[in-house]
Amino acid sequence: MDLSNPYIQAALQFLAIFITFNVVLMIVAYTVLAERRILGFIQGRLGPNRVGPGGVLQPFADLLKFIFKEEIVPDKSTRFVYFLAPLIAVTAAMMTLIVYPFGPRVTLPYFGQVELVIARFDIALLYVLAVTSIGVYGIALAGWASNSKYSLMGGLRSSAQMISYELSLGLSLVGVILMSGTLDLYEIVEQQSGWYGFKWNIFPQFIGFVVYLTSAIAETNRVPFDLPEAETELVAGFHTEYSALKFALFFMAEYINMFTVSVLATTLFLGGWNVPGLALLFSPGSIPFAVFSVIGFFVKVFFFLFLYIWLRGTLPRFRFDQLMSFGWKFLLPVALLNVVLTATLVWLGVL
Amino acid sequence: MSIISDIVESTKAIIKGMSVTFSKIPKEKWTVQYPDEPVTVQPRYRGQHLLHVDENGKEKCVACFLCAAACPSDCIYIVAADDPRPYEERIGVDNRYAAVYNIDYGRCIFCGFCVEACPKDAITHGYNFELSVYNRADLLKTKDDLLITKQKQSPNYRVAWADEDVDSEYKVV
Repeated sequence: MDLSNPYIQAALQFLAIFITFNVVLMIVAYTVLAERRILGFIQGRLGPNRVGPGGVLQPFADLLKFIFKEEIVPDKSTRFVYFLAPLIAVTAAMMTLIVYPFGPRVTLPYFGQVELVIARFDIALLYVLAVTSIGVYGIALAGWASNSKYSLMGGLRSSAQMISYELSLGLSLVGVILMSGTLDLYEIVEQQSGWYGFKWNIFPQFIGFVVYLTSAIAETNRVPFDLPEAETELVAGFHTEYSALKFALFFMAEYINMFTVSVLATTLFLGGWNVPGLALLFSPGSIPFAVFSVIGFFVKVFFFLFLYIWLRGTLPRFRFDQLMSFGWKFLLPVALLNVVLTATLVWLGVL
Repeated sequence: MSIISDIVESTKAIIKGMSVTFSKIPKEKWTVQYPDEPVTVQPRYRGQHLLHVDENGKEKCVACFLCAAACPSDCIYIVAADDPRPYEERIGVDNRYAAVYNIDYGRCIFCGFCVEACPKDAITHGYNFELSVYNRADLLKTKDDLLITKQKQSPNYRVAWADEDVDSEYKVV
C-alpha cells in the first residue's frame, strides 16, 4: 500500500474523521450520564443507576427512547426551517471536531511520523470561532420557526446572549494569539511544551483564561447562563416545540459544544497534550510518550467537563439584565484590558 | 475600589458555594433504592387496613357501621349478621358480626377516620402500601384480604421503632 497515494490518504482521513466522531459522540453520551449522576450526588440523590451496572447503559436507553418517541410538529410552524434548525445546530457543533490536536508527533511503525490531529491548517482557531458562531443560527431559527412564544423568547435571548458573549470570548483568545503569533492550534500547543511541558498559557494569560471560561459557559447556554432554555420562565426555551430525535439533536449539539469549549480551553490555556515532566520519562516521539500525552489531554478535558457540571450544581441562573450588564460592563472591558496588556508586554518583549 | 472588592467578594462566594456542593458528592445519599432495600415507615403510617381479632382469634368487629358512617369517601361496605352460637364456636367476639366487610381502595383516601370511629379497636391502619393492581376491580378488598390473620407483611418495608427519628436518619449537618 502506497501511503502517498491521494486516494489512500483520503480514505485514511475519512477513517480518522469517522473514528473521531464516534469517540466524541460516546464521550458526549457519557457526559450526559455523568452530569445526571454528579448532579444527583450534589443534591443528595443517586441519579440514574438502573440500566446496566451503575447505570452505564443509560445513554443507549435514552437514545432508543428518543428514536421511538412520537415526532410532533406544530401546525403553524415554518416546516422547512423547523426541520433545518436542529441539523444546523448539530452540524456546526460537529464540524469543529476535526481541528483539535489531541496528541504529539509520534513515530509509528509503517506510517512513519504522524501528527495526532486530523486536519492541521493555519487558521484552525479562526475556523473554530467561525463554525461555532453558525451554531447560533440553529438555536435562533428553531425559536423562530416553532411559532411559539416561549421558543421565540428563547431564540431571541440566545441571539442577544451570543452577540454579547462572543465578543469577550474572541477577545480573550486574542491574548493567546498575540503571544504565540499563530492561529494554528497544533503550533500553539507545541509552543507550550517548554519548561518540561509546563509552559502553559494559563500562567501569563490568567485573566484571559477566566474570561474565556466564563464566556464559554455563556456560549454553550449552560447554567448559570442558560437563559435561552430557562425552565422556570420559558418551559424549555428554543426547543419547547421539539420532540423525539430532533430534540435529541439539540441536546447532542449542546453537549458537543460543551466538549468543544473544554477542548479549546485545554488546547489554548492548559497546554493541550503537554504533561509536565513526561519528556523526562519517555523520549518525545515514542509511542508511550504519545499514549500518556493523549491521556493527559483527555484528563484536562474531563476536568473542564466536570467543572461545568459542578457549576451547574452550584449556581442559580442570571436575570436577563444581570447577564447583559455582566457581559458588556464587566467581561468585555476586562477582555479588552487583557488584550492591551498582552500586546504591550509582547511589544516590550517580556512575553 | 468597589469593583475590586466586588470581584473579590463574589469570587469568594462562588468558591464557598462550590466547596459546599463538592463536599456533598461523597456523602451518603437520601435515596432509598426501594424494591432492593426496604423503606422505613413511621409507626403511625397509614397503610392498608387491618381487621383485628382478640386473643382467641375471634373477630373484634361488631358491625356497628360507625366506620362506614365516618368514612368521607364511602368506601366501606358492611353486611351485619347474627351468630347465636356460644363464644367458642362463633366468628366474632359478639353475637353480631360483619358477614361482609369490604373496603374499596379505589375510593379510600387513607384519612384514618374509620380507625378513630371504631369503638372496639377492630380496624386500624396497617403498614402494607403496595396496593397497585392490574384490574380496577381488584382494588375492592374483602375480609379475606383485610383480616390480620390473613394479611402478609410485604418484605419491602420496615416499621421504625417508636423512638426512632426516621426523617433525620441520613441528615449529617
